[in-house]
This record gives sequence, C-alpha cells and structure tokens, in this order.
Amino acid sequence: MTFEMPNILPAVPEIFVFSMACVILIVDLFLSERRRIVSYLLAQATLIGAAILTFKLMVSEPVFTFSNMFVADRLADVLKLAIYAVTASVFVYSRDYLRTRGMYRGEYFVLGLFGVVGMMIIVSAGHFLTLYLGLELLALSLYAMVAFQRDSSQATEAAMKYFVLGAMASGMLLYGMSILYGVTGNLEIAAVRRALAGMDADNVMLIFGLVFVIVGIAFKLGAVPFHMWVPDVYHGAPTSVTLYIGTAPKLAAFALVIRLLIGGLENLAASWQDILVILAVLSMGVGNVIAIAQDNIKRMLAYSSISHMGFFLLGILSATPNGYSSAMFYVLIYAVMSLGSFGMIILLSRSGFEAERLEDFKGLNQRSPWYALLMLILMFSMAGVPPTVGFYAKLLVIQAVIGVGMVPLAIVAVLFAVIGAYYYLRIIKLMYFDEAEDKTPIVAGGDVRLLMGVNVMLLLAIMPWIGVIIDLCSQAIKQLS
Amino acid sequence: MIPLEHYLILGAVLFSLSVVGIFLNRKNLVILLMAIELMLLAVNMNFVAFSHYLGDAAGQVFVFFILTVAAAEAAIGLAILVVVFRNRRSINVEDLDTLKG
Repeated sequence: MTFEMPNILPAVPEIFVFSMACVILIVDLFLSERRRIVSYLLAQATLIGAAILTFKLMVSEPVFTFSNMFVADRLADVLKLAIYAVTASVFVYSRDYLRTRGMYRGEYFVLGLFGVVGMMIIVSAGHFLTLYLGLELLALSLYAMVAFQRDSSQATEAAMKYFVLGAMASGMLLYGMSILYGVTGNLEIAAVRRALAGMDADNVMLIFGLVFVIVGIAFKLGAVPFHMWVPDVYHGAPTSVTLYIGTAPKLAAFALVIRLLIGGLENLAASWQDILVILAVLSMGVGNVIAIAQDNIKRMLAYSSISHMGFFLLGILSATPNGYSSAMFYVLIYAVMSLGSFGMIILLSRSGFEAERLEDFKGLNQRSPWYALLMLILMFSMAGVPPTVGFYAKLLVIQAVIGVGMVPLAIVAVLFAVIGAYYYLRIIKLMYFDEAEDKTPIVAGGDVRLLMGVNVMLLLAIMPWIGVIIDLCSQAIKQLS
Repeated sequence: MIPLEHYLILGAVLFSLSVVGIFLNRKNLVILLMAIELMLLAVNMNFVAFSHYLGDAAGQVFVFFILTVAAAEAAIGLAILVVVFRNRRSINVEDLDTLKG
C-alpha cells in the first residue's frame, strides 16, 4: 500500500489561519497588559493574510482534495472572503469594548480565529466528517467566548444554555447523518447525492434521517421552534461576543444548509421543502411578533435575527438555483446589517454603561445627528424599506418563492415584514422624537467611528453594484451541480 | 448473528433516553452533561452497526472522531459548569432562570 501525499494547496488558507491562531496564543502569554495590541494586530494580519491567500488560490473550477473531503470552489471562496471581512470588523468594534471592561485578553482573538477556521472548514466541506468537525470547532469556540466574562452570572448562564442546546443540536445532526450513512452507504456528500439519485425518495428511513438533519440545522440557524437559545445567548453574552455570534456564523450556517441539504440531499427536495415552509413561516411569525414586546435591544435584535432566518429559508425552500443565490445574497446582506446594529450598541456604550435598553436610544438625534442617521439607515435596511439594500434582499427571496408558485407563502412573508417594520420604526421614533434622558457625549475610538460609517454607508454605496453581487452569488451556486 | 435492526433499536432507545434526560431533568446540570454524552454514544452505536453491515470502515473512523470531539465538548461543558457554580453556588437547572428565553 502506498501513501499518496494529498494536494494541500486548496487548504492553505485554513492551515495558515490555524497556525497563526496557535502562534498568537503563545505570543500573547509573553505580552504585558500594555502591549496587548500586538495580539490584536497579529489577529488582523492573519485575516488579511488569509484573504490574500484565498484570493491568490481562487479557482474557476471546483477542486477536490483529501480524498474528496475538502472542496474549493467559487462558493467557498466568496463565503470565506466575506467571513474574513466580517470577522476583521468584529475585532475592530470589540477592541475598545473589551479594554474598558477588563476583558482585553488575547484569548478573545484566538478563539475568534479558531471559530473562523471552523467556519472555513464548514464552507469547504465535501464529507460529513469535515462538516461535523468544522461545526464543532466553531461551536466549541463560541461556547467559550460566551462564557468569556467569567464573573458575570448572566454570561455564564447564557453559555450553559448555549452549550446544552448546541450539543443537542450536534447530536441530532449526527444521528441524522448516521441514518443517511446507513441508507446510502456513503459519508461523502457527492457520493450520497449519487446514491440518492437511484433511490425511491419515499424511503421511510431516508425521511427519518432527513428530519433529524433538518432539526440539527434549524437549531444551528435558530429557526422556530428551535430558537430558544438565541435571545438568551444574545442577551447574556458580552456585546462584543454577541456581535461575533450574530454575524459570521450566519454565513457558515448558510454554507451548512447549502452543502448538506442542497449539495447532498437535493433529490429529497420534495420532502424537505414542506418542513422548511413550516420553519420559515413560524420563524417569521414568532420572531417578528415577539420582538415587539422586547425592551432590551439585544433581545430585540435576537428575535429580529430569528425572523431574518425565516426569510433566508424562503430562498432555500424554493429549491431552484435562483432561490439559492437569493438566499446567499440575503445572508451576506444580513451579516453586514447585523454587524452595523450590534456595532452601534458597542459604540454608544461606555465603561460601566451598556446601551442595551431601548430607552438608551432616546433622543440620539440631539446627542449626535450623524449616528442617529446611521442607525436610521440600518433600521430601514433591516425592515426592508426601498432605497436600502435590505429591500432588495427581501425582494429577491420573495420573488424566488413566487417563481415556484407559492403565492400564499409570499403574502404571509410580506405581512410579517410589515409587522416587523413596527419595532424597527419604534427605534427611529425614539431617536428623533423623544427627549434625550442621558446627555453624555459619545465616547468611542476613531477606528470604531470610522468603521461604523463605512459599514453603514456600504449598505447604500453597494446599490449600483447589486447586479455584480447577485451575479457572483449565482455563479457560485451554478458550480454546485 | 445479531440482525442490524437490534443495534438500530438499541441506538434509538439510547438516543430517546438522552433526549428525555435533557428535557425532564430539572435538578442537576451534571446529569444534563451525561445525557449529552449518551446522545453521542447512541450515534456511535448506529455508526458502528452500519459500518459493520455495510462492510465499510469509514463509519468506524467517524466514531473515533466523534469520541474525540465528545471529550473536548465534555471539557468545555465542565469548565462552564465550574464558572456557573462559582457565580451562583448552585448547579440546579431550575436556578438558571435570570434570562427568560
């Protein structure tokens, strides 16, 4: 038996980020509190380096390596670049926040980078094993990050809840994978797809396995009725960690859905479509209605993320390439919007004060018209008001649903979007028409202020290039089949 | 030879036990962690049985990885358990109620 060296070239970005995370972990040990900025800069340099590597190794045709366990294609490249950009912004937003709260330790950046490696592996997974390992690497880093504020009983409680539900979700996903393995005799996603093509789609065992896989995915996405952890984790975790959880992992969750449901199980589309319709309607309904009753903005944004996941599922459940690319567009735009909204909470907070209640946004226009305007654009974009990019994201997924003749579902989606507009507009009302209770000037570092402006302006500046991004998404999806 | 169904039923019973354990247990967080471990072991049972009957070693290799990840998961779970206990002086599940989910 001969041993053949696998082609490691497509996996070089993963190897680079992983080694750098280990290096930062060691370097950080020898740094004093004052020189902690070195670990931060190294983390940023890692993300930039990984982006350059991914860009250089960009492939026009899918490349499989490590016995088809790892795949590099256009979809993986686009999502990886987005993950680097989002994570780098998360680090910029978090640095001041962590420093003023005595949590400025290298572990935050190291865990963040390990999470990035996990996400990259999910994005490039070609086998159930790589998918599972990537998912666990991401999840374990996230559990530790939520418990980062060790002396806060809220944060540790959130970490415990997240851990138990997250571990259960992985268990469900694995159980489904084991059944699929038994029925198809394969663990490789492409081989599972080939095996399913010659099979009767009504096989009871297949449906049984599929249900478990979907439950696992729904837990990870935070879709109703598997959403219980989302509000608690978003609320309990330190805001910088909420910012991380609420952005980049959503891109990884999209990759999980694409690789597993569409890459592997597309022949069962008739079965999973019905399940996803229920999940999507419930998520949009429960998310948008319960968000109205929240007085904590982090909880409100958590319910808003649940409803956004419902909209994102609309694109997937249409089971057409057009639907998948609109879902991809939706999740990319959502990551940018979510980054801006949690970034705003960080920007308005200061040492000893968290701007996490809705009242804290009262009269923001008097304190700073510029940030009030930015928040206005963010909220309009989240609600899907026309001149913003959030509108196009919603339009595309609803168009995809209408394209396959599910008009009642599209009507339900629009109705829930209107209900959802209420709580976004309430923030705008608080900012512009209420008297400020707290007139303290906003203190935030120059880098955070600059990034905030760029982040929000991106939502407007992107408009002329929407066509380019949509093309990119559909090209990425086209390579799948 | 024991038929495949018996292994699958055992796996399903173990899996259901662990899910019931997670949802019914209101007393102790350690039992919750044990239920999670049991869930992964139920999956392992399935993988090994299928792997044997399919004559394909890939399933057994998968089991090794699941075992390793389960160990890492238990380590993180227990670490979180320790910080929860330090903050509240209790590992009662019912005491975890400051955040209403």
